[in-house]
Amino acid sequence: MDLSTTYLGLKLRTPLVVSASPLSEETENIKRMEDAGASAVVMHSLFEEQIRHDKLELAHHTTYTKDSFAEALDFFPEPEEFNVGPEEYLEHIRKAKESVNIPVIGSLNGATVGGWVEYAKLIQEAGADALELNIYFIPTNLDMLGAEVEQKYLEILKAVKTEVNIPVAVKLSPFFSNLANMAKQLVQAGANGLVLFNRFYQPDLDVEELEIKPSILLSTPQALRLPMRWIAILYGRIQADLAASGGIHKATDVIKMLMVGAKATLLCSVLLRYGIDYIRVIEEGVVQWMAEHEYESVEQMQGSMSQLKCPDPSAFERAQYMRALQSYKPAHEL
Amino acid sequence: MGKRIYKTIDGNEAVATVAFKTNEVIAIYPITPSSPMGELSDAWAAARKPNIWGTIPTVIEMQSEGGASGAVHGSLQGGALTTTFTSSQGLLLMIPNMYKIAGELTSTVFHVAARTVATHALSIFCDHSDVMATRQTGFALLASASVQEAMDFALIAQAATLEARVPFLHFFDGFRTSHEVSKIEVLTDDQMRAMLNEELIMEHRMRALSPDHPVLRGSAQNPDVFFQARETINPYYAACPDITQKAMDKFAEITGRRYRLFEYFGAPDAERVVILMASGAETAHETVEHLLNAGEKVGVLKVRLYRPFSTKHFMEALPATVKSIAVLDRTKEPGSVGEPLYLDVVNALREGLEAGLGELKDMPTVVGGRYGLSSKEFTPAMVKAVFDNLNQETPKNHFTVGIFDDVTKTSLEFDPEFSTEADDVYRALFYGLGSDGTVSANKNSIKIIGENTDFWAQGYFVYDSKKAGAVTVSHLRFGPRRIRSTYLISRANFVACHQPSFLERFDMLEHIVEGGTFLLNSPYDPDDVWDHLPREFQEHIINKKLKFYVINAFKVARESGMGGRINTVMQVCFFAISGILPREEAIAQIKQAIRDTYGRKGEEIVQMNLQAVDRALSHLHEVKVPSQITSKIHMRPPVPDQAPEFVKDVTAMMIAGKGDDLPVSKMPVDGTFPTGTAQWEKRNLALEIPVWDPDICIQCGKCAMVCPHATIRIKVYDETYLENAPATFKAVDVRDKEWKGMKYTIQVAPEDCTGCALCVEVCPARNKQEPRLKALNMEPQPPLREQEAENWDFFLSIPELDRRQIKNGTIRQQQVQQPLFEFSGACSGCGETPYVKLMSQLFGDRAIVANATGCSSIYGGNLPTTPWTVNQDGLGPAWSNSLFEDNAEFGLGIRLAVNKQKEVAEYLLKKLSTDIGQELVERILTNEQLDEPSIFEQRQYVAKLKKKLETLKSDDARRLMQLADYLVRKSVWIIGGDGWAYDIGFGGLDHVLASGHDVNILVLDTEVYSNTGGQTSKATPLGAIAKFSAGGKPTPKKDLGLIAMSYGNVYVAAVAMGAKDEHTLKAFLEAEAYRGPSLILAYSHCIAHGYNLRYGLQNQKLAVDSGQWLLYRYHPERARTGENPLILDSRAPKIPIEEYLMKETRFKMLTKINPDEAKKLFSMAQENVIKRYNYYKYLASLKLEEGNGKLERKKLMTPTK
Repeated sequence: MDLSTTYLGLKLRTPLVVSASPLSEETENIKRMEDAGASAVVMHSLFEEQIRHDKLELAHHTTYTKDSFAEALDFFPEPEEFNVGPEEYLEHIRKAKESVNIPVIGSLNGATVGGWVEYAKLIQEAGADALELNIYFIPTNLDMLGAEVEQKYLEILKAVKTEVNIPVAVKLSPFFSNLANMAKQLVQAGANGLVLFNRFYQPDLDVEELEIKPSILLSTPQALRLPMRWIAILYGRIQADLAASGGIHKATDVIKMLMVGAKATLLCSVLLRYGIDYIRVIEEGVVQWMAEHEYESVEQMQGSMSQLKCPDPSAFERAQYMRALQSYKPAHEL
Repeated sequence: MGKRIYKTIDGNEAVATVAFKTNEVIAIYPITPSSPMGELSDAWAAARKPNIWGTIPTVIEMQSEGGASGAVHGSLQGGALTTTFTSSQGLLLMIPNMYKIAGELTSTVFHVAARTVATHALSIFCDHSDVMATRQTGFALLASASVQEAMDFALIAQAATLEARVPFLHFFDGFRTSHEVSKIEVLTDDQMRAMLNEELIMEHRMRALSPDHPVLRGSAQNPDVFFQARETINPYYAACPDITQKAMDKFAEITGRRYRLFEYFGAPDAERVVILMASGAETAHETVEHLLNAGEKVGVLKVRLYRPFSTKHFMEALPATVKSIAVLDRTKEPGSVGEPLYLDVVNALREGLEAGLGELKDMPTVVGGRYGLSSKEFTPAMVKAVFDNLNQETPKNHFTVGIFDDVTKTSLEFDPEFSTEADDVYRALFYGLGSDGTVSANKNSIKIIGENTDFWAQGYFVYDSKKAGAVTVSHLRFGPRRIRSTYLISRANFVACHQPSFLERFDMLEHIVEGGTFLLNSPYDPDDVWDHLPREFQEHIINKKLKFYVINAFKVARESGMGGRINTVMQVCFFAISGILPREEAIAQIKQAIRDTYGRKGEEIVQMNLQAVDRALSHLHEVKVPSQITSKIHMRPPVPDQAPEFVKDVTAMMIAGKGDDLPVSKMPVDGTFPTGTAQWEKRNLALEIPVWDPDICIQCGKCAMVCPHATIRIKVYDETYLENAPATFKAVDVRDKEWKGMKYTIQVAPEDCTGCALCVEVCPARNKQEPRLKALNMEPQPPLREQEAENWDFFLSIPELDRRQIKNGTIRQQQVQQPLFEFSGACSGCGETPYVKLMSQLFGDRAIVANATGCSSIYGGNLPTTPWTVNQDGLGPAWSNSLFEDNAEFGLGIRLAVNKQKEVAEYLLKKLSTDIGQELVERILTNEQLDEPSIFEQRQYVAKLKKKLETLKSDDARRLMQLADYLVRKSVWIIGGDGWAYDIGFGGLDHVLASGHDVNILVLDTEVYSNTGGQTSKATPLGAIAKFSAGGKPTPKKDLGLIAMSYGNVYVAAVAMGAKDEHTLKAFLEAEAYRGPSLILAYSHCIAHGYNLRYGLQNQKLAVDSGQWLLYRYHPERARTGENPLILDSRAPKIPIEEYLMKETRFKMLTKINPDEAKKLFSMAQENVIKRYNYYKYLASLKLEEGNGKLERKKLMTPTK
């Protein structure tokens, strides 16, 4: 049975790729991912804000109190060298590359065009096989037009593409007026792949303290419906690899994603919940399912249930929605 | 000779460069103004810079200067080339070892930035009282007068000591030379190598203690031989001057710069000569030059090698024509015939003439005088006055110059208008805030001009004595010749005001010359700015025909992303206007300097600054000066009219920057000052102040508790007092049931608040409709100032609530107590002062405070004003600062005296009991005074007693009358920082804890030497970056609490107000009530931690939540009832330590410098935290058997078989 797939020009043993998460912060974990059967790993993200903020913060706090008091002209020793860039991150990529044979994909997370995009190049130089560009932008400006938002995405991608020659996948959100068009534009701007979707962190409230509380929710199995639909719609219509992210928790989820056209299926929450070794359980499930259903290869499956090839293309559109609602009957009488 | 290399550096860097390059071990302890020498050495060692022999010197910070000198002595005995840096009290602590080092003829150089020794007051500034105290040690004393000389003499001393075997103390004037930035020719490694004789270094090593050629040194000797042995060294001292001159001559060959032991400058046929040493000699030189041009026959003799004093060289340096000599000493030796240099000169002349040395034939008239104590200005006008004095038929002897002594009439009059400033020297004055970067920018400008033009450059910086809103004044000179003006600028060509709020406070144009240029940073447009100037400024501008430029630097900086950091913007304006460099070139240089300075901190920072440069030029405008003075605004008087006489007469002068004009008669004779003076100094620092919303407020009192400056206050009072309240005065019904029917007000002192916003952060009450609002919200100060000032005055007029009505065990009531520590000069958002203030509220009316030198002694006792104050009855804390190292002992002494006087009072009370009345005596003697009502009662008894005593005529009655107040329980507080408690004062602290006496020790633990600029103390936590721990502190914080607990009879508490305020309050109450020694370790956030102090309380909480700081109380009295004395008040760590560490630059920085080390140290820190928590938990969980261990002892004493 052939589980292999090609994603971003990388030949992968299986479609099971570990998504960007805190798990990849430890080199030891990356080794364990490989051992558990991951076919590639997307590193945890290097954040634009982190790069920018750290520099400003350090500069501020080491200069703010300088030359203010006769007895204390400053409060910190002035080191000769600062690692204000992402040196630690780059070092981590280097170490990861040394310790595993599977492809290592760097991850850069930002929302504006700026000096930070230069780090794409450094990530490439550190040995990353590809780059995932996570554009995370929440427009809160009432006067900003959708087209401007789209333009922002394209500019960031173009800026990154001029820095590197390794493949670049864009991880984007579903919140576009016309996601299909956005996908097309990104591909035209040079995206080698699209990762559908990043999940926006949604803040919570503390009603006792009347404060906004940061909290992270892991994805639920239901979350896979959204990327599944859009991969199905985009498959075969754009010249880029599609990767599914969000809600992939078991073998049949992987099968579904492959069927709608995913080249890779990214695992995150499920590993945070059940541990890195769970990759093996999923792979075994996929193999078992394929054997039971007499599929020979992943390739055979990929895109088979996309909108282009599925028996009922309208099922991905409004018509099917209407039917779905009408067919819903509650378990008890209203 | 090689290529000349010029650099603009300060004296400390110049000296440290040589010391570091020519030594192997450096043992130091921080003290102003010499600290930067140690810090630079440590930084260079951390950067792995080698000395001239290729190895990296070992730099070690010790626990005190005494410790440093001991380590130096040991290292020298071990054969390493060793040095140290110090000043003032630090040098005094080194004296015992200096005797040893000299007695053993050991080659070393101590570099001393000379500083005043504390007498009636501490002073961080310069005179030679410290150096003069070492005359007897046997060290050679070599004085340098300028930054150039400081570098040169550091090397000459190093060469001379190796040959002479006499140790050298190389000194230069603190601040004036140590902190003056000057263009100098720097020494290269090759030049240093050429100066030092390898053979002599090998001889030094040969003398080392070694088991391979063992000797004994440091014997004890008896009357039979000690004396003779002491005289063996004479030949070495006799040879030392020639050896030093030889080193100077060799130095001249190598560098082209020639020096003499006694250097004469002046007319070859001079009749009047001034003799002095160090930086004053430069001003004297400049003045002599000026007077020579006027044809006067004058000269100056600069003393370089003061010890060993060579009469021969001295006599040879004097012209034959000298008729009168004035010797100037920068020190005071009360009760002496004269100051040291004067006495030496008189004697040298007498002996020299007798021996026929030199060309002088007759004894000239010699007078001596004092100048420049504590960096008092020493100007050409004063030098001229000294020469003029010599013109008198009987010149005044034992004079002073630079002050007006209207008491003993010692002072010489001088003409302040006399000036020697040359027209071709450009002189600029800059008024800025510490936090706006003015000084940093000016240091940068000096570098640019000094290193890119043929101009000589000099910068000197005057700093504020306050920490919050610290004002800086930069004095910059640029000229075609070497600049010898070692005095402040009083005739500026250019004055820049970097903060518009200074206009109402400082008369900045007082010192500008006619036709000069005034640059103002102002929020107003060029067309509007004129009307916003105070009248005094308009007068100066019109009368002196000034050019006037304006820029809105705040706007430019903000738009460039630089916040309040206006340094780059103002620097660009200076260059653009001054024309010292062609504009294009200047801009290019500034941009290069920006890249050099900020490059390693990231391209974003560079770009931000570059942007500011470009924007600055387009926002700079020349103002068309109207011909009429139109302003209705006046500068504010330094203090209001209703201030007390002393404040108006004396304090106000200091506040206005005119303290130099105060005559001797105005100063207290013994350093005693009234308290309660900070209230008169309205500094208006806050851009925003908190505004109270009484409808939202839950009256919890937390805001008042955390306020570092006591500017947010609470009063509970009867409604009738509201009768004449201003219209905007806010009052609501009090919520506390015990005060039912009364009114409640929270009022902010708008002109004293520093705008730190801690009160807003701590406020727990949110507006339900709009939760972004709390019961306190920051709003711009200027529009509120007048109204709230009126409200504040009214608030003060409402009487304080009777202390008996306040239950001080809960914050909501306790915070109604009046703070007797207010408006200090501490940093905005200070983490220490809330604890100090709490103490003053609880016990201030009967407290005596012994305060260790450090931040708390500076914000507590640095003139012009003091935050310590009195209540409506005139009662309040009495405060004193002895030293840094002795504070615990000092406080204990106070306790002993208080006890003794109480004992005498009780004795007399008993003795006079029949006259006084048995019942009253009994009541006084039996009142335990455990709470406010019983203390109040005691005060009433004492008042009654005094009344009675008035009627009694006996001596005993008079004595008791004087001592009666001691019958009210006194609270002795020993306050200081961690540098004192953990390091330099630990020995004494330990002894005081062991003494069992009733003292309360409050350690304001910032985990670093805050006052001297963030050096590591033993309280510094593992992984923190601090000076002397540039790579992250590799060892954990010392557990001082645990050490104290080991005594068993010491009350110990570790508190963090931001984590658990009620716990802090409880600990203070318990500590004070305990009749033995108490130790409170108070976690204090600090600017040295590197984050916005607005979040200080949150970080305290994180420190506690992570287990980094444990809350506990150890109460010895619990043991008496069989309970475990230790109560662990912290819960198990609930967040990872990293979550806390990454909130503070002191830790986070390590992840940016050395990520691997950060990982290692942070994980060690995590491990330590858990271990320590478990250990404390274990200790606190131990069950004590009945009788507090008696059973255990019995068991132990039973012999086992």
